[in-house]
Amino acid sequence: MNGVHDMGGMDGFGKVEPEPNEPMFHAAWEARVMAMVRAMGAAGAFNIDTSRYYREALPPHIYLASCYYTKWLLGLEDLLLDKGFIAKDEVATGHAVQPPKALKHGKFELDDVERVMVRGKFGRTAPAPAKFKAGDRVRAKNIHPLTHTRLPRYVRGHVGVVERDHGCHVFPDSAAMEAGENPQWLYTVVFDGTELWGPESDPTVKISVDAFEPYLERV
Amino acid sequence: MSDHDHHHHDHDHSELSETELRVRALETILTEKGYVEPAALDAIIQAYETRIGPHNGARVVAKAWTDPSFKQALLEDGSKAVGTLGHVSRVGDHLVVVENTPQRHNMVVCTLCSCYPWEMLGLPPVWYKAAPYRSRAVKDPRGVLADFGVTLPKVTEIRVWDSTAETRFLVLPMRPEGTEGWSEAQLADLVTRDSMIGTGFPRRPGAPS
Repeated sequence: MNGVHDMGGMDGFGKVEPEPNEPMFHAAWEARVMAMVRAMGAAGAFNIDTSRYYREALPPHIYLASCYYTKWLLGLEDLLLDKGFIAKDEVATGHAVQPPKALKHGKFELDDVERVMVRGKFGRTAPAPAKFKAGDRVRAKNIHPLTHTRLPRYVRGHVGVVERDHGCHVFPDSAAMEAGENPQWLYTVVFDGTELWGPESDPTVKISVDAFEPYLERV
Repeated sequence: MSDHDHHHHDHDHSELSETELRVRALETILTEKGYVEPAALDAIIQAYETRIGPHNGARVVAKAWTDPSFKQALLEDGSKAVGTLGHVSRVGDHLVVVENTPQRHNMVVCTLCSCYPWEMLGLPPVWYKAAPYRSRAVKDPRGVLADFGVTLPKVTEIRVWDSTAETRFLVLPMRPEGTEGWSEAQLADLVTRDSMIGTGFPRRPGAPS
């Protein structure tokens, strides 16, 4: 979806302001939110793409005005409500009143913690040979899906060069909608800055995205 | 961080903010429904607070600076090479390490959300997740670097890696001059988080940490 989350190339957000000696969390609740998202994901309530989609789907004014962990909280609530893991009357009262829904991997317990500390595997067996190889010139398709996609707007319609082939990965556009993993070839595609930002832009800049095969067409 | 947060920090800590109440309510619901064990949430937080941080990435960088064959393996397959180091082996399958040279400076961003090599660098700082960095890093990387006080020669190529998939990128910065003969542990102390994102350089020998 063409949401405000797709920020590459937008102007007007001001300077980057690093915070010296930044703490890991700015409030205790941020840590609880991070842990709840990780735990419910590991318990099988959702996959990482679905959780990203719910954050992107927050109303634009909420997304832009919320800090990172607020977005995580709001996205988690919406997701758990939509998928039937929690109910509106429960959120209103702050207590469980409905019977639980079964989790794919069961309750998240102390023994499961090490599992979330290991990064997931997203590589999959290829269903078909790769269409592109390093060195191929490709165009990022001019597509505007209404649901989750990982092709940022700022590269759509532009021509780049395939630099690396990462093998076949879970396709976020499908996984986010719980429509299966639908594995697709994944490539690093590099664009000249001037191709994306015009002939007046800095000629020393190159930008790459990691693009799934369905996002690309041969030039 | 947002003004929203600053607002809450100004409150007396005995007064719970709306957000805090909402988070507590959600945790209570998830616990009562039998989805999560609160002690397991504590353990996740503790693991990030104590085990996962930029020291993991720094160790990898220092090893690459001192061991040419490790460096070559790291650039060929980041996950596999890091896996050989034992304690930082939980990086998953998709770590890509990109090398800074006098000709090319690498910088990592995630314009769509905040993808970041957690296992190498810990949880990302607020600026990495916020709109100014995510919007400008791909369009005006030199301007962003200036916000960090970093200036590169005008001819240096800047390569920005937008983390749009589950691949994760770690920058291998250039080894500071004046560190000949230094041990891996000494070198690791010079490696900053920002130097592995590409928004900073390693500390120079003798510079304050």
